[in-house]
Amino acid sequence: MNQTPLASTAPRRFRAFSMGRHVPLHILLPSLLAAGIMLVPLFYLALRAAEADMATLSHLVFRPRNLTLLINTLTLALGVVILTTFMALPLAWLVVRSDIRFKRALTVLGVIPLAVPGYVMAYALIGLGGNYGVLAQLTGWQLPRIEGYFGATLALSLYTFPYLFLNLRATLAGLDGNLEESAKSLGYGSRDVFLRVILPHLAPSLMAGWLVITLYVLGDFGAVALMRYEAFSYAIYTQYSGAFDRIYAAWLSIMLLALAASFVMLDSLVVKRKLARVGTGVARPVKPVRLGRMRWVAYPYLLLIFGASIGLPALILGYWLLLSPPEISFFARVPATFLRSAGAALPAALLAAAFALPIAYLTVRYPSRAASLIERSAYIGYALPPLTLALAMVFFSLRTAPFLYQTLTLLIVTWAMASLALALGPIRNALLQTRPSMEEASHSLGHGPIATFFRVIFPRLRRGILAGVVLVFVLCMKELPITFLLAPTGYTTLAVTVFTRTSEGMLAEAAPFAAAIVVFSSLSVAMLLTKEGKR
Amino acid sequence: MAKLLTPTATILATLLAVPLASANDLTLYSGRGESMAEPIIAQFERNTGISVNVRYGDTAQLAVLLQEEGERSPADLYWGQDAGAMGALSKAGLLAELPGDIYEGLPTIYTSETGNWVAASGRARVVAYSPERVDEEALPDSAFDLVEEQYEGRVGWAPTNGSFQSFVTAMRVEHGDERTLEWLEGMRDNGAVTFRNNATQVQGIADGEIDFALVNNYYLPRFLANDSDFPVEQAFFSEGDIGNLVNVAGIGVLESSDNKEAAIDFVRFLLSPAAQQYFTGNVYEYPVTRDVIQNPELEDFDRLLDVSPEIDLDDLDDLEGTLNLLRDAELL
Repeated sequence: MNQTPLASTAPRRFRAFSMGRHVPLHILLPSLLAAGIMLVPLFYLALRAAEADMATLSHLVFRPRNLTLLINTLTLALGVVILTTFMALPLAWLVVRSDIRFKRALTVLGVIPLAVPGYVMAYALIGLGGNYGVLAQLTGWQLPRIEGYFGATLALSLYTFPYLFLNLRATLAGLDGNLEESAKSLGYGSRDVFLRVILPHLAPSLMAGWLVITLYVLGDFGAVALMRYEAFSYAIYTQYSGAFDRIYAAWLSIMLLALAASFVMLDSLVVKRKLARVGTGVARPVKPVRLGRMRWVAYPYLLLIFGASIGLPALILGYWLLLSPPEISFFARVPATFLRSAGAALPAALLAAAFALPIAYLTVRYPSRAASLIERSAYIGYALPPLTLALAMVFFSLRTAPFLYQTLTLLIVTWAMASLALALGPIRNALLQTRPSMEEASHSLGHGPIATFFRVIFPRLRRGILAGVVLVFVLCMKELPITFLLAPTGYTTLAVTVFTRTSEGMLAEAAPFAAAIVVFSSLSVAMLLTKEGKR
Repeated sequence: MAKLLTPTATILATLLAVPLASANDLTLYSGRGESMAEPIIAQFERNTGISVNVRYGDTAQLAVLLQEEGERSPADLYWGQDAGAMGALSKAGLLAELPGDIYEGLPTIYTSETGNWVAASGRARVVAYSPERVDEEALPDSAFDLVEEQYEGRVGWAPTNGSFQSFVTAMRVEHGDERTLEWLEGMRDNGAVTFRNNATQVQGIADGEIDFALVNNYYLPRFLANDSDFPVEQAFFSEGDIGNLVNVAGIGVLESSDNKEAAIDFVRFLLSPAAQQYFTGNVYEYPVTRDVIQNPELEDFDRLLDVSPEIDLDDLDDLEGTLNLLRDAELL
């Protein structure tokens, strides 16, 4: 029973796992369940797509304009990936490897931008420049208006870079100091060590972060449209919102999914290499690098990043509030609304992590074709436009389990589906850094798989799991379309409140709730992250 | 992890026991924002003792949701922001017929002849402009004028926006597809600047990015309420011009509702003087009935009736044709 074969002994290539013999059930079943749930939206899309009429289809879907929109979207994704890397990589290095102070506070600051809803960030950037912008009004200085490709790239980067940051940070923190020591003893300078030793080990988390960011960019409509940049999500949005149509929107969603799939494939090509520690003995913590004169670059850099990603939205929210302070009664309703948001977001985050864990385990420890298929299926929920996913779940629950419809359970499950991919990245990367031999040792000492998991594996995955939970939690706190359709009637979250007010032009009334999203999410993140240090 | 599981389980258990709506309650899907709709719903609850469960959301997304739910829908009422969404649901056969007396006394611009939804408040299209850069005499007479050279690169519009699309639908009804497409292409070639929504266009004028914008009438008053110096003004085009289209927020009762009587009471309440007074006084929209005190910030109601083109609201439901046209003009 205890002699579960591990990756080192399992045949790796061209072989689907033989049920039960190689992969223990407690890993296989939840993984299959997660993949199974992801098939629901695919089934729904196929059903809707089949209703299409060919002539209309060519007019709507296979037309040259969609290609233009697609190219625009890809250019945007490329820009965002580059910009976020320049933001996240130095930040992660500073927080993990340097002797910079207040590391925990800096880490929390590095996650907060995730909590800023996309349209608030866009409003903040748009409102900054121009004749009558915030800057002109406060200082008399005029900045050109931020918009178009540049504006969209900037806005998206400012609130998606934490995806990359958290991934990189977890990996950097888990990296074995011995590796670098050996490299240095072989005569490498610190730049070579970074380029030849650290960077290759960061590749999986870079890819995981890039993938998540790229898929986010593909689906984002709010910020991109406010910035007046024409992207592919335009096409889907107008199909639902302009035409109240589900058939051709399904086709466009399928196209988007195909594009996403190609990115997921690309990712799995790169992450194939094995990057577990090779040395024996305990991983050695790395001595922090002294910044020295570098700090005169580091501090302005941090100021710039946090000023733009946190200071700017804070400024615009404060400005809205000051323009016309809402009644006190508005503020009184914030805590209850927050509890509703968090009451669903936290279970969703835990559920997503609970699904991600066995999937990550399966792909890292029992690699096979079927395993990677399951892993890729986890991206379906994330890559689909949220509105499509929500409609699929409406369809599914009304037909198979009407008692679930518009219950919190369905909302939580759907949120978990939409964000499973976010939890997967950091957990998988943490697992990649844990050697199978540790489990083997535990097994040979007579510990069962459960004891081994909690005593040996879990402590090493803690950081990764926590990162996953945080990412999902913060995303759900600001999620809109799924909440609109699936939350129990009357279950108004912070994000819904902010959206309904901003879209009616009532910015001042929206401000306290938007601020609450950011503040409460940050507090929750801070709470989660302070737990991680203690063992 | 184990530490987190206990509180989560507790939260889950409490929240799953969401009280089921009793038969007497109403369920309302509201495309109208909470801050605007809530006071009026609370008043209805106080008056009648009927409690209303409200699902707030985006007008279009809720309309799509109702189609997906079909006859299984838990909703009794749908309150949407524009005639197009109401028309789409009506066409899909999801709305129940309303008693004829509900339409009595409504001005012709507000009537729906299919008889299964009714306008609850009016929202006029206007041209917003910068008083600094635009002479009042130089204001365009017609939306059609905006393709002229003097307006090149100075006009904002929002092709993805629902009320803009309803306006284009009205233009098609009044002037035909050919002339509308010509106008759309003319605007595009004249460098019309694309925005996401109305509010950002009004801000765009203040910021000097554009000088004119085709928007709904109630955004500017909301900006002005926050900042009386806000440097934007707005006007109607000349009498009867399609640019002055009056669109509506509408309400309808779902065919699948099992509480239609109470739902119709709610519809009647929205048309009552108290509710109409609230729409015009607090939300800067036009009333659908005449027996209310006018909002001094708005153009006179009678003038609105004079300048607005006569379009049957039922004709605004052909959004598909409009979207095709917008696609032909490479705008979507």
